[in-house]
Amino acid sequence: MVTALYGALESGLIYAIMALGVYLTFRILDFPDLTVDGSFVTGGAVSAIMIVNGSDPFISVLAGGAAGFLAGCVTGLLHTHGKINPLLSGIIMMIALYSINLRIMEKPTIPLLNQTTWFKEIGGFWERADLDGILLSLFSVVGLEAYAPKTFLVIISMTLLVIVIKKLIDWMLATEAGLALRATGDNDRMVKSFSANTKGYIIVGLGISNGLVAISGALVSQYNGFADINLGIGMIIVGLASVIIGEGLFGKDRIVRATMAVVLGAVIYRLIISLALRVDFLDASDMKLITAVIVVGALVMPIWWKQMNEKKKRLSRKKEAGATEDEHQKGEGASQIATTEAD
Amino acid sequence: MLQLKQIEKVFYEGTPDEKRALQGVNLKLNEGDFVTVIGSNGAGKSTLLNVIAGVIFPNFGEVTVDNQDVTFVPEHKRAKWIGRVFQDPMAGTAPNMTIEENLALALGRTKKRTLLPGVSSKRRKEFKELLSSIDIGLEDRLNTKVGLLSGGERQALSLVMATFTKPRILLLDEHTAALDPSRAELITRLTEEIVARHQLTTLMVTHQMDQAIKLGNRLMMMDAGQIIFEANEEEKKNLTVEQLIAKFQEIRGKKMANDRSLLTV
Repeated sequence: MVTALYGALESGLIYAIMALGVYLTFRILDFPDLTVDGSFVTGGAVSAIMIVNGSDPFISVLAGGAAGFLAGCVTGLLHTHGKINPLLSGIIMMIALYSINLRIMEKPTIPLLNQTTWFKEIGGFWERADLDGILLSLFSVVGLEAYAPKTFLVIISMTLLVIVIKKLIDWMLATEAGLALRATGDNDRMVKSFSANTKGYIIVGLGISNGLVAISGALVSQYNGFADINLGIGMIIVGLASVIIGEGLFGKDRIVRATMAVVLGAVIYRLIISLALRVDFLDASDMKLITAVIVVGALVMPIWWKQMNEKKKRLSRKKEAGATEDEHQKGEGASQIATTEAD
Repeated sequence: MLQLKQIEKVFYEGTPDEKRALQGVNLKLNEGDFVTVIGSNGAGKSTLLNVIAGVIFPNFGEVTVDNQDVTFVPEHKRAKWIGRVFQDPMAGTAPNMTIEENLALALGRTKKRTLLPGVSSKRRKEFKELLSSIDIGLEDRLNTKVGLLSGGERQALSLVMATFTKPRILLLDEHTAALDPSRAELITRLTEEIVARHQLTTLMVTHQMDQAIKLGNRLMMMDAGQIIFEANEEEKKNLTVEQLIAKFQEIRGKKMANDRSLLTV
């Protein structure tokens, strides 16, 4: 149980990078971008094939991100210059990327078990510094060693990376260019009248988003120990689930807040999945269905909740009004009796 | 400085819905001119502004700014010299961004947007001063999302955003039409003040004849895609609403008579 939860935390952190990418398109640019399903795998594919061919795993992650950036830019070009509907341009790219990814990988799966991945590389340094030992001793001090994870390597390194990326996004969205990017998704007619080339911002925005998604894909492949052509199926929904759950639980009124919420949302989504998979009659193959149910729930629940609260309020107001009216009538009756008695 | 030569624009050309929105419009704006444009719905006023702003390109004719042909320069490039306020108070601002972020965005109209912070503490101070000058209390709400402002406040902000970077040409598209009378009054007053302060060359479209007479130094009346009446500074001073309506009926009536004669021939 504990191991499963730490596993969920680890992968949640890695998928958080993807969720941040989805947040950029879905919320900031208001562009539901389905390229994600393809670019996630592209990142993994580029990174895996480079590692197999002896590249440095860190550089392979960056290269994967660059490939994702290009894929996103193409989606942007399809929409802005080809005038294709946003959803459709994403779907077109997703399909195209499936073949491209197979070309990159040359086979549906590339195992990385005996290769040097990023995690193994920093793992060597990690062990030499014996950071696990230090952190574990913290757990044993408070007597919780039974609840400690086997290693803190992924958790710590990914937390740091995610924080760096989150901060970068926060910074970017507050720059002059970032403000124009946000306004493009908010009111594109207005930004154009303030001499911003909205087409350019959409293209670059989609590029950055898919770059992040691909980086996440590269890291997931290295974490899982293989790159797989089908790894990206339904990824956009996972991203949306993270964004919606995060925003619902932690708020979204400021960018800084919203990006934090998205990261936490990604982790919570993984925790929910790992808990759901512990239910006896649910299989690993049910994961997509569980995801769909979670997304529907996250979208519908807040509305129901609001409606229910409003109804409750209405009823209680009605009751109050009824009560005062009753009292009023009673009072009137009493005074009538009083007057008749006086007569 | 701004000149339109023989501008023609046809929508839905070659279909039964064909609409000749502009039919050979000639217009010359001099530095510091404040021209008010009146006309009924469908007269081509908004199309005229859109052609000047580069939102739509004309089928025929030429738009020049300082003798430079800009007829087909895209909107976002032309916006470097053109400030706009739209009729819809929602159109001129980004609702999910704060007042200061909107102002920072407007600052990017004249210069290249960089990767420096959009709202620095120095700028915040400038924004505060800027908003104090219109005196409707926005200066204390720099961190409020614009979507939470009322229509009048949003329109005042739009006006400030369009003008504080001193555009060479200011286009106002019935920017008081969607507001209640008192708010419209406020925006009209602000417009007058701001245009005078920055000496902006302005083209203002309006439905209200009294507003068209009160503001600006020139007046233009449009109908069916043509400028049918123009009043210069001298003529405009003595113009009244009644005269304007009479003028409109006179010209329009004549034209209708012409149309009728055309039909009978």
